[in-house]
Amino acid sequence: MNEKIAKKAVVVDGQEITLDGEKNILEVVRKADIEIPTFCYHSDLSVYGACRMCLVEVEGRGLMPACSTPPEPGMVIKTTTSRVLQARRMMVEFYLANHERDCTVCERNLNCRLQAIAASLGIDEVRFGERKEKLPKDTSTFSLVRDPNRCILCGDCVRACKEIENIGIYDFTKRGSQTKVEPAFGKKLSEVECVYCGQCSVRCPTGALVVKSEVDEAWKAVLNPDLTVVAQIAPAVRVAIGEAFGLPPGEITTGKIVAALKKIGFDRVYDTAFSADLTVIEEAEEFFRRLQKGERLPQFTSCCPSWVIYAERNYPFYLENLSSARSPQQMFGSVIKNFIYQVENVPLEKIVSVSIMPCTAKKFEARRPEFIRNEIPDVDIVLTAQETIRMIKTANIDFKQLDPLPFDVPLGAGSGAGVIFGVTGGVTEAVLRYAYERLTGQELKEVEFKGVRGMESVREAEVDFGGRKVKVAIVHGLANAQKLVRDMRNGERHYDFVEVMNCPGGCIGGGGMPLEYPDYQEVLRRRAEGLYNADRLSVVRKAQDNPSIKFLYEKWLKEANSEVAESHLHTHYYSRRRISNEMIRIQEAQSAQKVDIAVCVGTSCYLKGSYNLLQELLELTKEYGVEDRVSVGATFCLEKCTEGPNIRINEKVFSGVNKDNLRQIFEEAVLSKLVAETH
Amino acid sequence: MRFETREQLEKYIAELKSTSGKRRVLVCGGLGCLAKGAQEVFDAFEDIVEREQVAAEVEKLEENPHLVKTGCMGLCEAGPLVRIEPEEILYLRVNPEDVEEIVEKTLKNGEVVERLVYQEEVDGEVRYWPHLKDVPFYRKQVKITLRNCGTIDPENIDEYLVRDGYRALARVISEKTPDEVIEEITKSGLRGRGGGGFPTGRKWQFARVVKGDKKYVICNGDEGDPGAFMDRSVMEGDPHSVLEGMTIAGYAIGAQEGYIYVRAEYPLAVKHLKKAIEEAEKAGFLGDNILGSNFSFRIIVREGAGAFVCGEETALISSIEGKRGMPNPRPPYPAYRGLWGKPTIINNVETLANVPVIMLRGADWFRSFGTANSAGTKTFALAGKIKNTGLVEVPMGITLRDLIFNIGGGIQNDKKFKAVQIGGPSGGCLTERHLDLPIDYDSLSGAGAIMGSGGLVVLDEDTCIPEVARFFMNFTQNESCGKCVPCREGTKHMLGLLQKVVKGEATTSDLELLEETALVVRDASLCGLGKTAPNPVLTTLRYFRDEYLDHVVYRVCPAHVCQAMREYRIDPAKCRSCAKCARVCPVQCISGRPRVPYVIDQEKCTKCGACFEACPYDSITVEWRKKENE
Repeated sequence: MNEKIAKKAVVVDGQEITLDGEKNILEVVRKADIEIPTFCYHSDLSVYGACRMCLVEVEGRGLMPACSTPPEPGMVIKTTTSRVLQARRMMVEFYLANHERDCTVCERNLNCRLQAIAASLGIDEVRFGERKEKLPKDTSTFSLVRDPNRCILCGDCVRACKEIENIGIYDFTKRGSQTKVEPAFGKKLSEVECVYCGQCSVRCPTGALVVKSEVDEAWKAVLNPDLTVVAQIAPAVRVAIGEAFGLPPGEITTGKIVAALKKIGFDRVYDTAFSADLTVIEEAEEFFRRLQKGERLPQFTSCCPSWVIYAERNYPFYLENLSSARSPQQMFGSVIKNFIYQVENVPLEKIVSVSIMPCTAKKFEARRPEFIRNEIPDVDIVLTAQETIRMIKTANIDFKQLDPLPFDVPLGAGSGAGVIFGVTGGVTEAVLRYAYERLTGQELKEVEFKGVRGMESVREAEVDFGGRKVKVAIVHGLANAQKLVRDMRNGERHYDFVEVMNCPGGCIGGGGMPLEYPDYQEVLRRRAEGLYNADRLSVVRKAQDNPSIKFLYEKWLKEANSEVAESHLHTHYYSRRRISNEMIRIQEAQSAQKVDIAVCVGTSCYLKGSYNLLQELLELTKEYGVEDRVSVGATFCLEKCTEGPNIRINEKVFSGVNKDNLRQIFEEAVLSKLVAETH
Repeated sequence: MRFETREQLEKYIAELKSTSGKRRVLVCGGLGCLAKGAQEVFDAFEDIVEREQVAAEVEKLEENPHLVKTGCMGLCEAGPLVRIEPEEILYLRVNPEDVEEIVEKTLKNGEVVERLVYQEEVDGEVRYWPHLKDVPFYRKQVKITLRNCGTIDPENIDEYLVRDGYRALARVISEKTPDEVIEEITKSGLRGRGGGGFPTGRKWQFARVVKGDKKYVICNGDEGDPGAFMDRSVMEGDPHSVLEGMTIAGYAIGAQEGYIYVRAEYPLAVKHLKKAIEEAEKAGFLGDNILGSNFSFRIIVREGAGAFVCGEETALISSIEGKRGMPNPRPPYPAYRGLWGKPTIINNVETLANVPVIMLRGADWFRSFGTANSAGTKTFALAGKIKNTGLVEVPMGITLRDLIFNIGGGIQNDKKFKAVQIGGPSGGCLTERHLDLPIDYDSLSGAGAIMGSGGLVVLDEDTCIPEVARFFMNFTQNESCGKCVPCREGTKHMLGLLQKVVKGEATTSDLELLEETALVVRDASLCGLGKTAPNPVLTTLRYFRDEYLDHVVYRVCPAHVCQAMREYRIDPAKCRSCAKCARVCPVQCISGRPRVPYVIDQEKCTKCGACFEACPYDSITVEWRKKENE
């Protein structure tokens, strides 16, 4: 090491850089204006060190990965040497040789890190041939498309799902060149615990995980003159869409988006902040009722569809606690399909409701059967910010130069409270602005509740509503939410109101937002700032002051939580199974009159002897000569692990089955049916 | 019994020594001998001994003490092996039918059964070596790691105790501070026997100084090199030495818990280790308040599912934690953040087995073996085309020639020595000119090989070098965990290029690409598996480039191994133009007309041999291609 270098400094490409607590060389070289390309490094995920793109040459130590090597004073680092270049180029050749290279027809064309890195390195030949294997795409969900042929196995989705959401639907399978990233047992995304949040897709450097596009449907609608196409724009997208057109993150482009959509052919453009205001009132009134009765507390927010599905699958004990108020997207959808079409005097079947969202899970939410009446969905098409950007580009619109246009009336305007829904803590702050005035009867002068703002994973606040102290918590990222819920169940934390957002930062970090920059945390911070600025610039900053809201209550809803509101703006939740398509058929009944038996061979039941039960059941069917009329299969998890072993006969689940009561159950639940049906 | 003090243990051991009998019949229970019928030999001894009541004439160690099934004795080639004590007579290739004679002659009358002893032909004269110490295979060996292996019953703790077992632990606990233990190990010059050769004392020192409420000792028994079985032999044949080594390590770094990570493919090792742990706990060498002290230490056996990469320490930790066995970047090193995020040391089986002896006999004694930078001994598993395949232990610094030709007995069928692959798939291929290289960490890595865990595969003149490289590359590619790109993709492409070489399809630019890829994979991989995977390719390209060029330029396999380098030709004198060959040829590369001899198009021929089988006149010949100037 060079003795001339200052005590707490390193040399990067000849430039002396003072160390200031940087965790790795990657952060240090950034100070020398060098941005080393990586596939697997994300500041909010664990260091993985596998893509090997960030190799730098450290004097005396050879090639070192910049992402996982802590800087040491005196280090002499060279980021571009012939050895580094040779390695980096060959890495890219390796990637390309195993990557489907029909870039021009890829969703991520010109938006792909692999493409960009290959271009910057000037790769003009791949000496290792082409990918021969062609695996099927997974298009099973409404939200995401997974194309394993474009996967470069960087593991970003694996870690995003595990570390941010603590769900972990992906992992590596097999070894060597057979290695794959896939859900367990090669299942489809729709068959596993995916909550469709798209955090994997945001971090995917290639086209292996992309948003499922509804752009074609949207074009079809807007280009059809017979249809009235009504758009709603979610708060978060207004501070992000500009990023794709050279504007900085956080710049408010609401008017430009309205103008662009109008140019594209949308007939009416409304603001989801309006229905967010509606949500504030409906949700807050629901909360007051619960507070008064002291029941179903804490109340959880329900505007995040990923959180809602997660809760339905994992927290059956909290379903009653979820606010029954629909999300702003679905409230607006309902308003469009139940009210606006009358105001606009358009036949219901001629109106198309499109929402512009930061979120991939909203696509799933719009298809929930609760939000479809007589086969007419409240929201027909959900476009993420990414898809909206695509449409603006397709229409050749010079977005930067557009003159802003206002939202349409009468339901266009949203308050500042509705706008901050897009950032973590925003729902809570909006509700507080309403609740204060509603409960104290006094005007709220200082509308900003700074205490609930910020990016810490869990934030708490206590608010005094005229003597009644209300404890609120705000959490973002499902992994954090899970910890919070665990603490609440253990009695370690107590709240009256909990806001949960699936994505880090809230909707501004949604899975359908423009793709990630090198410094994602900074992007999130600026988008959040953008929303708070938009709030500050709003004339109306409280939901209850929004004239459009007053209009809607007057004309249609009458009052909060009214009968109309209950049926059109509220919903209900179901306990959902987490695993599907799990049956392994062992004995298939031939007869039309048959009984289906499924024995759980999940770990818990298996350890309690369910495998033996399966064998005994097969024996029993032989003994009674009903093999042709009883189907027997093995299944995974009937979700009653503590009461296992469990078996399911037709639709009914029997728990605590053992070799002593098996015959009796078989006789009563199986044979009796067969006898009854035979007679 | 449970020992509460060192004195109690010393007294017990002294008693054992004075009462144990001298006459013992040891039957090797190593896997090689068991496969050759050692269990039947053991049963035959048991039957006959019982019948003859020979037992009445010998003193007892315990119940039925004189007949012992031991761990591996080493000379696997000549198994089943039987050793008779106290004379130290070694019988080879013993069948159950021989047992009667051994009992009659040797046990009853002290005579040697000459036909069962080691024979060596020197200058046309056959010499017999009945005593183990004289057998050339054992003559130059020094057994420190394997001191008890093949000598004791691994399932009986008394057998370990009578050979000074757990005396080192007792001494350490009663009279040494942890720092003194580390100092002694550092002074001994012991280096990691798993391959890397990192100084053991320094590793312990790192973990000792790191603060942590919990620390762990891991014994790496995930031996995965094809043909290597040193660690298995130690775990099977002398499990207590591993436990004692781990416990001393635990004492030194301040750990309370240890894990032995052993492959599930080693069921006997697992069984013996578990039995040993149970016995050691009962005796108070493991568990709470070991030997009445404040020091408590437990050992848990974890079975791995057989992934080569789990021998890499960070992957091994992941595997113990229940995750997929994939390596993680270092730093942080396990000594700072290891198992469950706690300071952890990971030592190889062999390293740990050395620890008790060092602590008992001192660093200076240990240093008297081996070389200045590589102290002590090293075990090797001799495999391949060597006469005496088996398990050996030699002092560091011995030459390859000594190891292969004296101890190993030279090449099978007196063929010519060609090369030796040291260190398994991660190691390098060394040649005749390296035969006088001393075996130590630095000399080997200087030559492009590594000590590795001690696999040593000898290749003779009939071995094709590119094919050997292909074999090892196939292994590493299959075992690559798939995490980092150079290893996952690079080994795949190297394998593809090597396949082209042995199929005669490669060009010289393929060879250049192979070399470039190998260098990048070595440079850029995340863990040791990837970094060392190119070693076989790089060393063979360095020492046997001509043989690669023969395959690539001349399409000739000098060793006559690569089938693609054969040529099928039709002898025009014998061909009757019956067209049978042309009809069966799957690629239609045989052409001809009636009354004109048929011809095979060499460019299209896939060497399937169908024409050869079909020809009724034996007119088709198969020949190895030769270089044009030959």
